[in-house]
Amino acid sequence: MEDIIQVKNLVKRFGDFTAVDDISFNVKKGEIFAFLGPNGAGKSTTIKMLTTILAPTGGEITLNGNDAATDPDAVRHSFGIVFQDPSLDDELTAEENMEFHGVLYGVPTKLRRERIQQLMEFVELWDRRKSLVKEFSGGMKRRLEIARGLLHHPAVIFLDEPTLGLDPQTRNHMWSYLEELNRTEGITVFFTTHYMEEAERIAQRIAIIDHGKIIAMGTAQELKDKTGKESLEDAFLELTGRVIREEESSVTERMRAHGRMWRGGRR
Amino acid sequence: MKTIYIMWLREVKRYLRSKSRIIGSLGQPILFLLALGYGLGPIFQKAGAGNYFDFLAPGIIGMSIIFTAIFSGIQMIWDRQFGFLKETLVAPVNRLAIMFGRTLGGATVATIQGVVVLVIVIIAGFRPANWGLVPVAILFMLLVALLFAALGAFVASNLDDMQGFQLIMNFLVMPLFFLSGALFPVQGLPTVLAGIVRFDPLSYGIDSFRILLVNNGIFGIGMDLVVLGSVTIVFLALASYSFSKIQV
Ligand SMILES: Nc1ncnc2c1ncn2[C@@H]1O[C@H](COP(=O)(O)OP(=O)(O)OP(=O)(O)O)[C@@H](O)[C@H]1O
Ligand SMILES: [Mg+2]
Repeated sequence: MEDIIQVKNLVKRFGDFTAVDDISFNVKKGEIFAFLGPNGAGKSTTIKMLTTILAPTGGEITLNGNDAATDPDAVRHSFGIVFQDPSLDDELTAEENMEFHGVLYGVPTKLRRERIQQLMEFVELWDRRKSLVKEFSGGMKRRLEIARGLLHHPAVIFLDEPTLGLDPQTRNHMWSYLEELNRTEGITVFFTTHYMEEAERIAQRIAIIDHGKIIAMGTAQELKDKTGKESLEDAFLELTGRVIREEESSVTERMRAHGRMWRGGRR
Repeated sequence: MKTIYIMWLREVKRYLRSKSRIIGSLGQPILFLLALGYGLGPIFQKAGAGNYFDFLAPGIIGMSIIFTAIFSGIQMIWDRQFGFLKETLVAPVNRLAIMFGRTLGGATVATIQGVVVLVIVIIAGFRPANWGLVPVAILFMLLVALLFAALGAFVASNLDDMQGFQLIMNFLVMPLFFLSGALFPVQGLPTVLAGIVRFDPLSYGIDSFRILLVNNGIFGIGMDLVVLGSVTIVFLALASYSFSKIQV
């Protein structure tokens, strides 16, 4: 089958810190692909480059046949994304946020209305559609972002820790919806998560990234076989080690805040 | 087209929802009008320069427009801070359309603000020289508002936190306002200062308001239109270019 995402020797440096270190991988059309790794491994940074909002230091990205560096507009037509960090307009209502997205993505009016109602009922926010987003709880915001991400049906959907902070009901609900979309419309799903059982259950293929490098790739079974472990969680720990990454990431976090202050717009 | 509309709608909705912003941004022009209009009026008259209140009113309208417009452009920093910017950055639509829509939205808001100030000065006793020209004056207000909303958006595209905001207010908006001839006549200024005034786009905006509202300008309406129009286009182009270069 055709590769819908092709990544070749992708590198991202922030100053002299290398967040993504020469990674290459392909994702097939219609595949459900999980991108796993400890905190600060470089998952979100990679997704930001794949979705054209961060310029790579080096390497090539092709998405749905278009080059992300030379033709970002064509690339933007091919994907949808649920970011790890919030990206809603707090001063608009839930419905207005959906509407805004639908119009920007050119979903025809009738279909847009239908899908907005269907998706908002699905994430159980239809009753709250007239509420301003700033009045929502964290989980409600997350649900709205997921509903919004599914409003237009892109060729590829990126989900950066979509289930973070969601209750098990909503999580299961969301995954079955995505699997359905994957089956019926052939949408490629690219997601990150820290819940290993989720990745094991949903993903057809998994890449494990650590310190900016891909250290293993394959089906959950292959990863387990490779490490001789019973569960993906154990395989993951075996591959990435048991050291907690907090300290490192908090140092870089601080540098990042600093850089932001002095460097001005260009990050 | 739809992109422009939805970006515009968002700006206008957000504005209409923030009552404090509406009231807050009316306070300042009223204060200026009272303090300067009544405070300096008698001196102005004694100096033989005519009715200061009539002179000042178009300047105060310009003031409320430039502040509201630049502020609305600058709001993009908030979008970045709260994450919403990403939603527009990944959208599969033309960057210029995004910028134009949001700028038009900010400009609409600033124009409403300008019209409200116009109504206030009329209530306070201001009489336009020719009522028929008031609609034309409002169109010029929109143009001035577009110019400064685009400038605000351009600046905001190049900043990524709130700290820059005060800096902008102090080193950009204040000088633009004070050097525009909004508060004092620019004829008879020292040459250097007069030169600077000619480089301030707001000078042409205020001049056009004075021509249309009190029939008392210096550059001529054609000149004003050409300068305002071309500077607006340049700022819009700069803003959408910077916007297309934003990284998060
Ligand atoms: N703008 C930036 N400036 C400097 N360093 C950055 C920037 N963005 C990310 N980093 C650093 O790059 C590394 C990778 O970050 P990234 O957000 O990709 O991690 P992640 O794998 O998504 O982690 P998490 O599981 O915590 O979301 C981290 O060490 C982070 O501090
Ligand atoms: Mg992340």
